[in-house]
Amino acid sequence: MGRITLNQVTKSFGDVNVIPPLDLEIDEGEFVVFVGPSGCGKSTLLRLIAGLEDVTSGRIDIDGQDATALPPAKRQLAMVFQSYALYPHMSVRKNIAFPLKMAKMDKAEIDRRVGNAAKVLNLSDYIDRRPGQLSGGQRQRVAIGRAIVREPAAFLFDEPLSNLDAALRVGMRLEISELHNRLKTTMVYVTHDQVEAMTMADKIVVLNAGVIEQVGSPLELYRSPRNTFVAGFIGSPKMNLFGEAEAAKHNAATMGVRPEHIQVSAESGDWKGTVGVAEHLGSDTFFHVHDTGLADDPITVRAGGEVSLHNGDTVYLTPEADKVHRFDADGARIA
Amino acid sequence: MATQHSRTAARFMISPAVIVLLGWMLIPLGMTIYFSFLFYNLLQPGQESFAGWMNYRFFLTDPSFLDAIQNTLLLVGGVLVITSVGGILLALLLDQPIWGQGIVRILVIAPFFVMPTVSALVWKNMFMNPVNGLFAFFAKNLGFQPIDFFAHVPLASIIGIVSWQWLPFATLILLTAVQSLDSEQLEAAEMDGAGALNRFFYIILPHLARAITVVILIQTIFLLSIFAEILVTTNGGPGTATTNLTFLVYIQSLLQFDVGGGSAGGVIAIILANIVAIFLMRMIGKNLDI
Ligand SMILES: Nc1ncnc2c1ncn2[C@@H]1O[C@H](COP(=O)(O)OP(=O)(O)O)[C@@H](O)[C@H]1O
Ligand SMILES: [Mg+2]
Repeated sequence: MGRITLNQVTKSFGDVNVIPPLDLEIDEGEFVVFVGPSGCGKSTLLRLIAGLEDVTSGRIDIDGQDATALPPAKRQLAMVFQSYALYPHMSVRKNIAFPLKMAKMDKAEIDRRVGNAAKVLNLSDYIDRRPGQLSGGQRQRVAIGRAIVREPAAFLFDEPLSNLDAALRVGMRLEISELHNRLKTTMVYVTHDQVEAMTMADKIVVLNAGVIEQVGSPLELYRSPRNTFVAGFIGSPKMNLFGEAEAAKHNAATMGVRPEHIQVSAESGDWKGTVGVAEHLGSDTFFHVHDTGLADDPITVRAGGEVSLHNGDTVYLTPEADKVHRFDADGARIA
Repeated sequence: MATQHSRTAARFMISPAVIVLLGWMLIPLGMTIYFSFLFYNLLQPGQESFAGWMNYRFFLTDPSFLDAIQNTLLLVGGVLVITSVGGILLALLLDQPIWGQGIVRILVIAPFFVMPTVSALVWKNMFMNPVNGLFAFFAKNLGFQPIDFFAHVPLASIIGIVSWQWLPFATLILLTAVQSLDSEQLEAAEMDGAGALNRFFYIILPHLARAITVVILIQTIFLLSIFAEILVTTNGGPGTATTNLTFLVYIQSLLQFDVGGGSAGGVIAIILANIVAIFLMRMIGKNLDI
């Protein structure tokens, strides 16, 4: 259960074409993350899968069945919305029980499943409260609870963590990953945050203006981004991309080096520059190096641990030769 | 309004308004109560004397009194049911994306701007008249006996007219409430397998509870004192069939020139209105906390 196939799916709102023809396979049990900048059509794509929007053309199969024209309720999918979309006038218990009640399940079975979900999600203490009396993280859990009691073929998440504060986000990220490990149900997860994508996904789908730029596991995308867009989007801090003279030496129009693949030295190296801002995180230190002559923007480099370089110091940078990415004039990767 | 100082200043600033409003309310109320204890008939000017509870006893034992209470409750209740149910349906309809939405909304709201006397007369003479009215015309064309609305179903006719006037108000309030419903909630319910009817009863209706409460409370205040529509159509008749409390007070004080009796009726009406209001608040006040 939980195989989703998109075949030449397109979506337009009036004259605006949001999704050009798009093909995608989501395998059973996979944790797939759609990632891309805001407004690139991630939510639209998710809503097409959910059935909340009609496709303009193309075909969506769920478990081998044509689901293109099926209403949302018949697709066996559960969705967690960005705003949580809890029912404000119902208690937590009634919120979680709602899909089961709609399915006309008998009372005892509903109670059992709601009790289980509440226990799994640590909601038992709040079960009779209204959503308005819960914190953001608890509301999030109620929304997930409402999704899991139905035992759907797949879960759809639309930026579920973007309304939470940073600490809570890390915790919920883990909880959702653990949930996936336990349930082994297909999950499709939308986010604009590449850290979420990298940490949670089995398979990442990088979207840009409705077009799939690359599909692959987190490490595939990290090691061999297919083009400059993916290269710049995946990885934190961003990959340094620069062109012209230095790239030409490597027979490329653009070359890229990740901050963590540049050696920093106070004495000697390939490139020379001045230290600008230094971000000391303890475990890592990120330097913004100016005046390297490589690009207008400063180059970001990572130095491990505690390095004593300060604003205005001269540094020498050396890229690790086998970690240099090369791209042609169209931005596509040169193998 | 946090500090002691700003609170004092705020009280001081609003005091003129409060004093004017209190005077506005208390002086007429005081005079009404005062008159209600006098023998005060306009046919015998200058002969006022203290009456004790006589006016009240007279008004409460008037055979029309119970009829008037019953008519008042039927009128208020009937109009409330029609406008709330009709208002919800119209609001849901107007919330749909339809062609010419702006004009349709203005048309729906239009009856609210027609004066009660005018609308009642239009209904009486142009629609419900058994000889010349539009309804009679249709009935005759279809081969039925035209109904003489104000003779046979007078109270229902008035309920109809008043509902027509108040439907726009209910629709307007409920429409804004419908529009404030988060569409993701409806989508979530749809994904949870709720059909259109279930979405209405489990999501939309609870969301509207607060707005419905407001509609009911505000309308009750105005509907308890319906007068113009009755005066220009049935004059309270036939018999006492359409006499409500307000109209009974009018008969007492201005047709029988009995100011004392009318005032007593007014005080009783105030007390009854408050009982209804408390009752309503208790009944639907529970809905007010989300
Ligand atoms: N109902 C709609 N009508 C018109 N345009 C829409 C609608 N929904 C989304 N769009 C447009 O589609 C594009 C993609 O939106 P969305 O899928 O919400 O992006 P994302 O979730 O990636 O931020 C945006 O440019 C947005 O303006
Ligand atoms: Mg979105």
